[in-house]
Amino acid sequence: MFTELNSILSSSPDSVTPGEFILVSDRQSDASFLIHHFLSFYLRSRCKVIFLGLVQSFRHYSAVSQRLGVSLTQAKEKGQLVFMEGLKESLSVLIPQADNTESQAMNFLRDPPVGLRSLYEFVRSCAVGSGRAEDGAEEWGPPVLLVDDVSVLLSLGVDAGAVLDFSHYCRAAVCSQMKGNMVMLVRCNGEEEEEEDGEEGAEALLKGLTHQCSLNLHVQGLPTGYCKDIHGQVEVCWKRRQGDGPHTQRNLFQYKVHDKGASFFPRGTSSAVL
Amino acid sequence: MAAPVSGMGEAPAERLPVNSTSFQKKTRSKLVSIPGTRPSVQNGQLLVSTGVTSLDYLLGGGLAVGTVLLIEEDRYDSYSRMILKYFLAEGVVCRHELFVATAQDNPDDILQELPAPILDDVAVPKAVEQPRLTGEPQDSLDAMKIAWRYQHLPKVQSALASSSRFGHYYDVSKTMEAEIRQAAKCHRFCLPDHVTPSSTAHRLESYSALLESLQEVIHREGFDLAAPMSKSRNILRVGLHSLGSALWGDDLCCHDKPRHRHALTTFLYGLRALLRSSLSVAVVTLPSHLIQDRALMGSITRLCDNAIALESFKGSERETNPLYKDYHGLLYVRQVPHLNCLASQLPDHKDLAFKLKRKQFSIERLHLPPDLSETVSRVSRGELASACGPSASGTKNLDF
Repeated sequence: MFTELNSILSSSPDSVTPGEFILVSDRQSDASFLIHHFLSFYLRSRCKVIFLGLVQSFRHYSAVSQRLGVSLTQAKEKGQLVFMEGLKESLSVLIPQADNTESQAMNFLRDPPVGLRSLYEFVRSCAVGSGRAEDGAEEWGPPVLLVDDVSVLLSLGVDAGAVLDFSHYCRAAVCSQMKGNMVMLVRCNGEEEEEEDGEEGAEALLKGLTHQCSLNLHVQGLPTGYCKDIHGQVEVCWKRRQGDGPHTQRNLFQYKVHDKGASFFPRGTSSAVL
Repeated sequence: MAAPVSGMGEAPAERLPVNSTSFQKKTRSKLVSIPGTRPSVQNGQLLVSTGVTSLDYLLGGGLAVGTVLLIEEDRYDSYSRMILKYFLAEGVVCRHELFVATAQDNPDDILQELPAPILDDVAVPKAVEQPRLTGEPQDSLDAMKIAWRYQHLPKVQSALASSSRFGHYYDVSKTMEAEIRQAAKCHRFCLPDHVTPSSTAHRLESYSALLESLQEVIHREGFDLAAPMSKSRNILRVGLHSLGSALWGDDLCCHDKPRHRHALTTFLYGLRALLRSSLSVAVVTLPSHLIQDRALMGSITRLCDNAIALESFKGSERETNPLYKDYHGLLYVRQVPHLNCLASQLPDHKDLAFKLKRKQFSIERLHLPPDLSETVSRVSRGELASACGPSASGTKNLDF
């Protein structure tokens, strides 16, 4: 959990705004450090977290969260965290074996054009399951869905439209019905002005998800070039706030990622410069 | 085993585990040390050497176990093939196991071209003993007169002991001797041996067969992390040559809108899944100059952990350019991973050039030498003269 980011977003673990869809997007950069922030943030605020880790192993998130002060293994044992390790489950689908008990979640790999229905069913069953209070189990807050990352589904052959459907269904189930939150990471590679016929999927996905979300954190490299002390810039864009009426608010910060967190500062005020 | 971290000012003591040689990435339980590996000083990750010491430095100390290094080939596949051979030769010297996959050539062709290591402490298996001359007692031959304290120590290492160093140097003018090479266990995958039926749009049978064969080797030889820890562990080095080329049945390099658009990316995803759950490391070379779709190249790069691109000057007009005469080509670092930590080890400089010398593949920051030639100064003086004086061609060599 990055304290500076909490103050920028005016959020704290004690009071979590329900029904938010936070989109973390990046262009030619790496925004996965924000996913670690949101993971530790929601675990600290005692929500039930459903994490779809599609690109890295559990050990990676566990090691980083240890540095941020949260233990993923403990959260998993207590039932607060449901971690779906996409890499591990995909192997049983990609390499068919005679005797395997596969979970249904990564079934879309068998035939990607079909869509992500099985993945959505998995998410829904985890989210709904949190409503029931079991004997001896602790009561957790509303469910939060974290997806890291959504663009890898495009690389695996799923259509951009199917991914947008998936995010819409998840938003309806998690954010509206269960009053939980959702955080997704989407990664884009090309320049914004280029019209690439081949990869219209990624741009369309980014635009569609930006339209659906309520808070967008867009990470980019510095427009002036590569710098070792300032790793890039983050544009924070609020879509709508309940009390303030329909207006968008944008803020631009520069950031630097270091070992135990990330520091955010307004443009030009990096400690390397001042 | 790991050297103490003295230069890194901001590494707090509690970040490194108590046993600095345990792999923080895989298990925390026991202290296991595998020859040819060392833990990273930044995050305790287990690293292996790529065989090229300057490339190790660029990647943050070495290649992390469980990751993929993607090498975008240069135009004639000379230097990328060289780096692949360095990688496999390092595996032979460190006594790791090898897995080589090619689409057209026999994997043995690559294995026979491995460069010879230059070290003294890489022991060669002893040849057959010379028969002793009859009649001469052995004691008088073997008895040392001066250094008699050392008499009981063995003279030559009779077993092929693995080198304890991390990263070795190779002499590319000689190939590795057959004895050293055959001491290493090597698994081969040659695509023409696996007959492939028709494939679907999203999965190519060639890639599926490769993935299946790799998984079978990992299970059978015990590289799985889930395997019991009682056995001594070893690392599997996987070398995949020219993935994505038309020889694998893939049309990524042939068409603008390929039919098997996602076959290679699905394979890379499965490869990452296999590597993360086993003690292996992979180097993949890819003819990226044939792929027209830059966005697809971007998603391929993201699915590999480390990515570098080579651009050689051979055949281009830069070969005769005096500015580049010290180097053989340019090297771009496309991606460096951050595994088990938030920040990645970004390189200091982005403009790097490489040079293949006989005993070293060196990667340096590209710097232009000072321009001391006479012709240059004469031209500049002539330009000045013609600018201020009358623009007659005869006055070019006059300097005021």
